[in-house]
Amino acid sequence: MKNKINIIILFIFLIFCFIVFFKGLDNSNIYTPKTNIQKDLPIFKVKDFITNTDVDSTKVFGEESYYILNIWASWCVPCRKEHPLLMELNKNKSIKLIGLNYRDNLNNAKKFINELGNPYTQILIDKDGTKAVEFGAYGVPETFLINKNKKIIKKFVGPINKKILKEIELIVK
Amino acid sequence: MKILRIFLIIFLSMSLSQLKSDEKNDVLKNKILKNIRCLICQGQSVYDSESDFASSIKLIVNKKIKEGISEEQVYKFLREKYGDWVIYHPELNKNTYILWLLPLLLFLVGGAIIAKNLIFKK
Repeated sequence: MKNKINIIILFIFLIFCFIVFFKGLDNSNIYTPKTNIQKDLPIFKVKDFITNTDVDSTKVFGEESYYILNIWASWCVPCRKEHPLLMELNKNKSIKLIGLNYRDNLNNAKKFINELGNPYTQILIDKDGTKAVEFGAYGVPETFLINKNKKIIKKFVGPINKKILKEIELIVK
Repeated sequence: MKILRIFLIIFLSMSLSQLKSDEKNDVLKNKILKNIRCLICQGQSVYDSESDFASSIKLIVNKKIKEGISEEQVYKFLREKYGDWVIYHPELNKNTYILWLLPLLLFLVGGAIIAKNLIFKK
């Protein structure tokens, strides 16, 4: 009788292990940091894309408005793909778009903007990628939604699409 | 001549102490970088990775060490930005209790079973 119970317990344990590992096969091996976040806006000094002068991040995000921070680069193919959507987002008067040019050649970045249009209120230069780290970004493109209380409330990894655009517009309504 | 000698000794000792401090910082920097996971080449540490993300993190860690910020504070900064997963060696908190205590628990239970069997055999 005792042996039978032991065998049943062992069997249940093996089935449990099998289910855990089988379920694990469907999980992605790629880690993505949380996208629903409530973080304070980092404070830093950064160079302006147009004037090449130092600006304070508190002044860049100074107004009481929703902000979108979009990290982009001229060498990034998905950035080219999402650019028309940023141009569309620019029409929304409740949001101010700030661009962070990531590890880029300044001339190539200017050509990119001249060719595809400038959706940004202000563009900042992140020559060595350290400003992107302050936001918790790890690549391009990445987009952050900042609310009126200067909190980062949402993060979109990869190029934005129509669905994300609608989501942003719904939040800032 | 005497003054020149004294000046030379002071200069050499200052350079030597600077070298020693740089060496100490490099050891700490490498230790930290080996414990940070690269989020682009997952499975590689930032120390081993050549990705843009890794080189930005290397710059930040270097800057923080030069500012005199401790190892734990560097990890805290990165955890705030990217979550616990970015550090290879997880700290003991409410999310990692099972991770840290389960092996110990299994070891104790296993030990108890073996001990019980040995006592019974006797």
